Amino acid sequence: MVSFIEIESVSYRYEETNHDALSGVSLGIERGECVALLGPNGSGKTTLIKHLNGLLKPQTGRVAINGVSTRERTIAQLARTVGYVFQNPDHMIFADSVEEEVSFGPRNLGMAKDDIRRRVDEVLAFTALAPYRETHPMSLSGGEKQRLALAAIIVSNPEILILDEPTTGLDYKSVQSMVHLVTRLKNEGKTIILVTHDMSLVSRIATRAVVMLDGSVVADGTPLAIFSDKELVERAYLEQPPALALSALWGVAPSMTPESLARAFREGRR
Amino acid sequence: MIPLTVRDFSFSYPHTDRRIVNDVSFDVHEGEFVSIVGPSGCGKSTLCYACNGIIPHTISGTLGGNIEVFGKDTATHEPHELSAEIGIILQNPETQLFAMTVEEELAFGPENLGIEPCEIERRIDWALSIVRMERYRETFPFHLSGGQKQRVAIAATLTMMPRALILDEPTSQLDPKGKREVFDVIKRLHDEEGMTIMLIEHETDLIAEYAERVMVMDAGRIIMDGVPREVLSKVEFLHKVGVRPPEVAEATFRLHREGLVPAVCTTMHEAREMIW
Repeated sequence: MVSFIEIESVSYRYEETNHDALSGVSLGIERGECVALLGPNGSGKTTLIKHLNGLLKPQTGRVAINGVSTRERTIAQLARTVGYVFQNPDHMIFADSVEEEVSFGPRNLGMAKDDIRRRVDEVLAFTALAPYRETHPMSLSGGEKQRLALAAIIVSNPEILILDEPTTGLDYKSVQSMVHLVTRLKNEGKTIILVTHDMSLVSRIATRAVVMLDGSVVADGTPLAIFSDKELVERAYLEQPPALALSALWGVAPSMTPESLARAFREGRR
Repeated sequence: MIPLTVRDFSFSYPHTDRRIVNDVSFDVHEGEFVSIVGPSGCGKSTLCYACNGIIPHTISGTLGGNIEVFGKDTATHEPHELSAEIGIILQNPETQLFAMTVEEELAFGPENLGIEPCEIERRIDWALSIVRMERYRETFPFHLSGGQKQRVAIAATLTMMPRALILDEPTSQLDPKGKREVFDVIKRLHDEEGMTIMLIEHETDLIAEYAERVMVMDAGRIIMDGVPREVLSKVEFLHKVGVRPPEVAEATFRLHREGLVPAVCTTMHEAREMIW
């Protein structure tokens, strides 16, 4: 069976470097999956996801979205299907108002004016940015900017969402609201690829975890299976969610989140 | 001499009335490892700029009260006069990097302080090994990944051998292992070199494990100041302020509330020691 997102033996080497940023990566991702891409800085995660929206084309191998090779599509065409929210929202924000920023994508896709207005309203409400419609994006807080970057992408309703470190540098309340938003998008059936170091985010949202090291995929499984593998956790510079370590300490069912730990503990003690 | 004395300090940025830091007083003692936590916009970064003289010398505004670094008033001493006393590491390493190689980056500070070349060499070796960047000595810093840049920025501050270090979210771009390595570096500098540390961080899991004292800042004020074990176990309080409690505290808080464990723990170590 061919996967929705098909990555076949993809290798990539940046100019002026003497090692492969990606070496022979193969991965299939199905519709509706929420995949966390894990691994240390420099392991190839960002290089890999840049192949999904055509920012990079494979030097060897093949990437296909819904059966069509990214080589046969422009970045603009791919953008209809693949939304990429960059790590640093400052790098993608350019407009003079929140509304303009969010309208840019659908306008470029040639959407009708009324439809744009309706979609922008929806998305601003969804991301709790409606009060900031006329605000200059640069005067928003870090958490608000991150939500704006997300809004500017989901407004075009791409089937696939790539989120590169969506919670990095955000404070508690902003992280909570980002987790909430991504959970809703996942429940709407979006295919989500999450590049993150935030283990609590992974344990709360991801249905699958893929671990990269030195340009290769070294593990692929449920977050629970991945984080239970101590040798892998050590080798890939991951960190076990404390809830999982506590459940091992107290001999209750393996739990990824504080909520499920409390549940396991109640059941285990009965 | 006390590394840091903050007295009735307030600050407003130009063209605003809002005191981003509002009447704050505290001391940081020789060899202390203090962490400041608080939601975005609470004033913790501003406080940190004020502690090394960036405020008011580079960023102006309305000041109240005063801050002394090893007895030097930051309002009357320029940042370069304070740099041998107190090193600062900012959130975004790119704002601190400028040289053509990592080695030059690390040599710049001590060269400006007039340090002997062989001593500079020794410091560079030491700093690079601390941040695990020995392989990148000849690399152009802007070719490095975000995490690597951050490590170079830290190493570049270390080569000036300051007596105190202020770090403004130094690990926010690093992977979990990298975060831990930076905390280990900070701990080593504190334990072995006796360096005074003021660390602004969101990573309460690591603060609980490493810091000796934690201050919670909200709306320009220090609203709590104590040992991490006490402060970071107040899960509901932290939620209300907008500080992420340590995951262990979050987990044990639920169990404690239901009478399943005798206390809220902030670290795995405490959880292991807990007897009931």
